[in-house]
Amino acid sequence: MNTMVLLENVSKRFGSTVALQEVNIEIFAGEFLTFLGPSGCGKTTCLRLISGFERPSTGRVILDGRDVTGDPPYLRDVNQVFQTYALFPHLSVRDNIAFGLRMKKLPLAETRERVDKIIEVVSLDGLADRKPSQLSGGQKQRVALARAVVCQPKVLLLDEPLSALDAKLRHQMRLELKSLQKRLGITFVFVTHDQEEALAMSDRIVVMNLGRVEQIGGATEIYHRPATRFVASFIGDTNIVEAEVLGTDDGKILCRLEGGLQVLVRARNAPPDGKILVSLRPEKIRIHKTRPPGENVFRATVISEVFKGAVDDLTLRTEGGLELGVLDTNEGSDEVEFDVGEDAWCRIHPDDVIILGG
Amino acid sequence: MGYLLPGSSTPTSATPRRTPGPAGWLLLSPLLLWLGLFVVVPTLLLVILSFCSRDPDAPGRVLYAFTLENYVRAFQPTYLKILGSSLLYAFLTAILCLVMGYPVAYFIGRAPEGRRNTLLALVMIPFWTSFLIRTYAWVTILSNQGFLNGILQASGLTSAPVDFMYTPGAVVLGLVYNYLPFMILPIYGSVEKLDQSLIEAAYDLGARPWSALVEVILPLTRPGIVAGFFLVFVPSIAMFAITTLMGGGAVPTVGEVIQKQFTAARHAPFGAALGTLLLLLFFAGLWATKPRREPEPID
Repeated sequence: MNTMVLLENVSKRFGSTVALQEVNIEIFAGEFLTFLGPSGCGKTTCLRLISGFERPSTGRVILDGRDVTGDPPYLRDVNQVFQTYALFPHLSVRDNIAFGLRMKKLPLAETRERVDKIIEVVSLDGLADRKPSQLSGGQKQRVALARAVVCQPKVLLLDEPLSALDAKLRHQMRLELKSLQKRLGITFVFVTHDQEEALAMSDRIVVMNLGRVEQIGGATEIYHRPATRFVASFIGDTNIVEAEVLGTDDGKILCRLEGGLQVLVRARNAPPDGKILVSLRPEKIRIHKTRPPGENVFRATVISEVFKGAVDDLTLRTEGGLELGVLDTNEGSDEVEFDVGEDAWCRIHPDDVIILGG
Repeated sequence: MGYLLPGSSTPTSATPRRTPGPAGWLLLSPLLLWLGLFVVVPTLLLVILSFCSRDPDAPGRVLYAFTLENYVRAFQPTYLKILGSSLLYAFLTAILCLVMGYPVAYFIGRAPEGRRNTLLALVMIPFWTSFLIRTYAWVTILSNQGFLNGILQASGLTSAPVDFMYTPGAVVLGLVYNYLPFMILPIYGSVEKLDQSLIEAAYDLGARPWSALVEVILPLTRPGIVAGFFLVFVPSIAMFAITTLMGGGAVPTVGEVIQKQFTAARHAPFGAALGTLLLLLFFAGLWATKPRREPEPID
């Protein structure tokens, strides 16, 4: 895969605040990459370094093989969809979309042709002569998208573009964005704080926190194999438990969790020593009325239960006093219903106990 | 063909028009009373006066007999020329204020929010002094024995004093100096409201700084520019104090002529006719530049 964008040892300081620390990110041509993290994590700064609205304090920004670190935004082959759309209120939909091509001094006929085509692609037919103030939120969103895409940028930057839409439209736009990206083959760089959005659309996700990259990987990898405590807790729900390594045996590590429970963990990398943190996803802990066969089986008491339709959200306490959140799917059989105060058998597969670094 | 051309209409707000209720009218009544007593009535009196004539036996006394002679006289070439040059000076003043005031207003409007009020105060503070004193200050700088001529002669650049005073240049200078804040404030208001992401969007779409200015920033701050232009242009036409001081009678303006009719010339009806004509001119100007309403947003 070709590299489209490279952030090389990039740091960014605003006064005494450090927004980014020694960040290295490689973005491949044609992929849908998402920067995910809480506000202030540096994800928007990364986007603005690629667009050229910010310059790094140290490090380099490489776009399609060329060092653009010092280039102003108007010399970069990237376009952005702004969070507030930033449509020009004095121009019609058509003139908004044509703006970039007009700045590039494209022949009028070609401009008209490309604008007409993109208006069709994003289903804005019939609205071309309206002013932005006469459009709904979803329509503005499409105009912002069309205005950026019509320039055929090497990279399309999207700064939380769905956050101003209502829930239903947001879900619909997710699918549309993804399919548009597939059709156009443009590299999409998306910024969001919404993990669901990131998991649904991205080829790869960069999880950021406090100006650092916590993990880069595909949606399933980030969810099932979180690298750090932050990633495990930011994406989905999880139980994070302190543990102590007791020994290694046949590719498995024996750990004692807080509360005294002993579990086997699949050793993926070099086995760690001493105190560690492990993540146990609530849906990975299976609960049974009778003792199931296999490893990592333990007893626990149900101390609370919340019915959530598709799942029961349970809290269990082990004999050693460790409290664990468990999701029990409601597959329709009454026999696996648990009441508060009832004892249950729990089991977690050694593959599903994740040792966290950092 | 509107294709690819920036729109010529101003942005309008989406709020529907409202008429004041009973409480609203009550709150408005002091202002309406004030305007009625001190603006509408005197203006009507002025219009009536403009159709009266001067008593030939006792100059200064008004004969309440209908006549058009004041208007006929007002359209004589002498007065048309004075009106023309007054309009020209006022126009030049407005243009110079715009050229000098826009960058200042833009700089203040885009400054960090906490610093804007300080910067605005710096613009305003000089104008807390009486404009007469400020204008006299210019006289002491520009007169033949003044500061500027002193420097020019001491440095040997000129041997004799240069006549800065009592020229159209001096008149325009005095007007520009006094009216500059009236240009800066409304433009500042527009610039401050301008969304930073719109400017960024222009750059992002390949606009160089000059294009971003012409295509996005200027059109979107147009309301401020128009307001500032009229706030400077209109009072500049009839301003007589500055033009008298800086022009010294050598640069006659319509404001001076009107003022003289009511004082030295003792021909109030003629002054009233000139005043009424100016008023009509302003109304025509207002009507011609009135923002046209846009269709309501459809959602």
